Amino acid sequence: MTDQTVGEPRHQTLSVLVENKAGVLARIVNLFSRRAYNIYSLAVAPTDDERFSRLTVVVDVESAPLEQIVKQLHKLINVVKIVEHDPRHSVERELLIATVKVAVADRHQVAELTRIFEGRILAVSHDALTVSLEGHPSKVDDFEELLRPFGIAELQRTGRVALAQLDREPPRLHAVSPVRGKAG
Amino acid sequence: MQLNGGQALIKALEMEGVEVIFGLPGGAILPVYDPIIDSPIRHVLVRHEQGAGHMAEGYAHATGKPGVAMVTSGPGATNIVTPLADAYMDSVPMVCITGQVGTASIGTDAFQEADITGITQSVTKHNYLVTEAADIPRVIREAFHIATTGRPGPVLVDIPKDIVDPTNPRSAMEWYWPTDAEVIAGLPGYRPTTTGHPRKIKEAAELILASERPVIYAGGGILKARAAEALRELAELLDLPVVTTLMARGAFPDDHPLSLGMPGMHGNYTAIMSMQESDLLIALGSRFDDRVTGKVPAFAPHAKIIHVDIDPAELGKVRRPDVPIVGDCNQVILELVKALRSLLDGGAAPADITPWRSTLSGWQETYPLAYEPPAEGDLLKPQMVLEALRDSAPEDCIVASGVGQHQMWASQYWNFRHPYTWINSGGLGTMGFSVPAAIGAKVGRPDRMVWAIDGDGCFQMTAQELVTAAAERIPVKIAILNNAYLGMVRQWQEMFYEERYSEVYLSPDLPDYVKWAEAMGCVAFRVEHPDDIQPTIDKANAIDDRPVVIEFRTDASEKVFPMVAAGHSNSDVQVPPFQRPAGDTSEEVVQ
Repeated sequence: MTDQTVGEPRHQTLSVLVENKAGVLARIVNLFSRRAYNIYSLAVAPTDDERFSRLTVVVDVESAPLEQIVKQLHKLINVVKIVEHDPRHSVERELLIATVKVAVADRHQVAELTRIFEGRILAVSHDALTVSLEGHPSKVDDFEELLRPFGIAELQRTGRVALAQLDREPPRLHAVSPVRGKAG
Repeated sequence: MQLNGGQALIKALEMEGVEVIFGLPGGAILPVYDPIIDSPIRHVLVRHEQGAGHMAEGYAHATGKPGVAMVTSGPGATNIVTPLADAYMDSVPMVCITGQVGTASIGTDAFQEADITGITQSVTKHNYLVTEAADIPRVIREAFHIATTGRPGPVLVDIPKDIVDPTNPRSAMEWYWPTDAEVIAGLPGYRPTTTGHPRKIKEAAELILASERPVIYAGGGILKARAAEALRELAELLDLPVVTTLMARGAFPDDHPLSLGMPGMHGNYTAIMSMQESDLLIALGSRFDDRVTGKVPAFAPHAKIIHVDIDPAELGKVRRPDVPIVGDCNQVILELVKALRSLLDGGAAPADITPWRSTLSGWQETYPLAYEPPAEGDLLKPQMVLEALRDSAPEDCIVASGVGQHQMWASQYWNFRHPYTWINSGGLGTMGFSVPAAIGAKVGRPDRMVWAIDGDGCFQMTAQELVTAAAERIPVKIAILNNAYLGMVRQWQEMFYEERYSEVYLSPDLPDYVKWAEAMGCVAFRVEHPDDIQPTIDKANAIDDRPVVIEFRTDASEKVFPMVAAGHSNSDVQVPPFQRPAGDTSEEVVQ
């Protein structure tokens, strides 16, 4: 999960809108397992519409072509919509929490690092700090890397979530653009 | 109208037009069996749940309507997993109802509890665990909709006992029947594409006109889409040669001048080589299965590909098409014919394919399907048995087959002239398929003669269903090609394992097939001499009130040819030894 190659082209982020029904997550995971596709990270939560949940799944596109993964996912009856997130045109976020073993004398260094990354200190004890950071996955990667020398006792990342970037171009006027699918 | 869940389930099946349920009751499904007594739906009581599943498949193959099977929870449900996997691989529309322990007991390892929705997730198109009686009509409607539309397939509906048991208040529900619009609205993630993209269809038409060595590669999707007539129209429009895969036998008449027969591992030489040498494969409802392509990088190396399939995931799964078309085969072919006609009317001239057709007919003359006749005193040749069965049967006879050598010979030697006359287990390769599948087909088409071609190994797996056939008066006919071996495995051991025969011998007379068949209520014959083949078949064909079994004692040394060894290029196809050029002493390809 903390593979440093996350973000390179061998991975692709899919946002999968599914019906919020019992067993749907199992169907998705089973499909990946059955067809020998690799998952790097998986985040799932309900959307604003209670009928649907959204899975954000980072897939290994070396284990199988992305096109096959998307098509096979689409065959699941409960999968409603799949968006392939091009990293250049999407907003991606991930949350990390970590407990760092650190002597009182060095505590300020971790606190400083956390401040630089705009993270938060969640808890402090005699010999440890628990910190959190929310941000772009590559920023989270960097933070994790810099924390490591202090001695990470426990670390958990959520896996990334993603949405499409907002379009900055002026919206197309439907009334004047050709209507698709009406030919013949 | 107030009903209990069990009544609602049976009523829902009636509303779906179900004529017959193949099943076997048990504890958890008991409440659903009670209302069957008052229903017009026929129930065929099987002797093993696997039989129910294959019967439902055979029924679906023969009629085009979804087959319905009903079994109890736990072992009843796990016994039907094989037919579900079979139906999934071969895209057979089927709805399977399983009993389940009460909702309160789910997850407690209760008696006869099995997580059947979990178990069957990867072998069903979709499955349901229904937890409220009120959901039953909606789920049944959705199940039939999903099973029969798009790429057809099996759907399993798991029904906990408490929601169907009239003594339990949880089973009470108010009857309703969802409209089509409600069903579609309830399945927001399920929108099969049926109409091909017009631009792609035009591109396909242009490629076809330009091709000098075209071949139509017709798959089982032709039959699922009821597209046999459209296929014929397309082929005849431009004299396009047609190969029909194992799943498509009957989709194009074998006696048609454009028919090349079956390609693949045991296809005929011309069908195999036509694809290898083609410059354009028009793949219609076929999925580039490994048994057809052989070694994929060496498959049809010069061919461009037009690939039509209703399942988008098949396009590009094995071979990247030059023109991918997602859609219903029947609709797309009709559109394609229209596009071709308009190009022709516009003055376009198709490429000259006469040299190609003469190449094909040359191969057909040099390498026909053939076998060496037996010497006096030898056991029967399986091919001669099949020829006699074929020539004695009406042309609309339905043939069901098991899996193995007999299946390949049946597909090779039968002369299929009509769609829906060939029923077999292609993708999963399920031994024991033929007896129950034949019974299901006969239930669906009682007007037709139904022959099951079976091997001795296959027969021993599901023969008990002949008790069902005898009890229910379902007069199927079974031909056992008894070579005393697991014949196909024996063939591989002979060719690829230095004739080291490991665990393939079954014995010709243990069991005694005639006594066994008679014990199950069938008329039974044994044929050992060539002179007895025809008279015995005539006797069997004259019996129409009970099942008949003929055991043919056949030669175990007979191998299925042609053959492309697994993992090899189709260009390495081996014809039978007597067809090889004189002086060709090359060893058979070793795996």
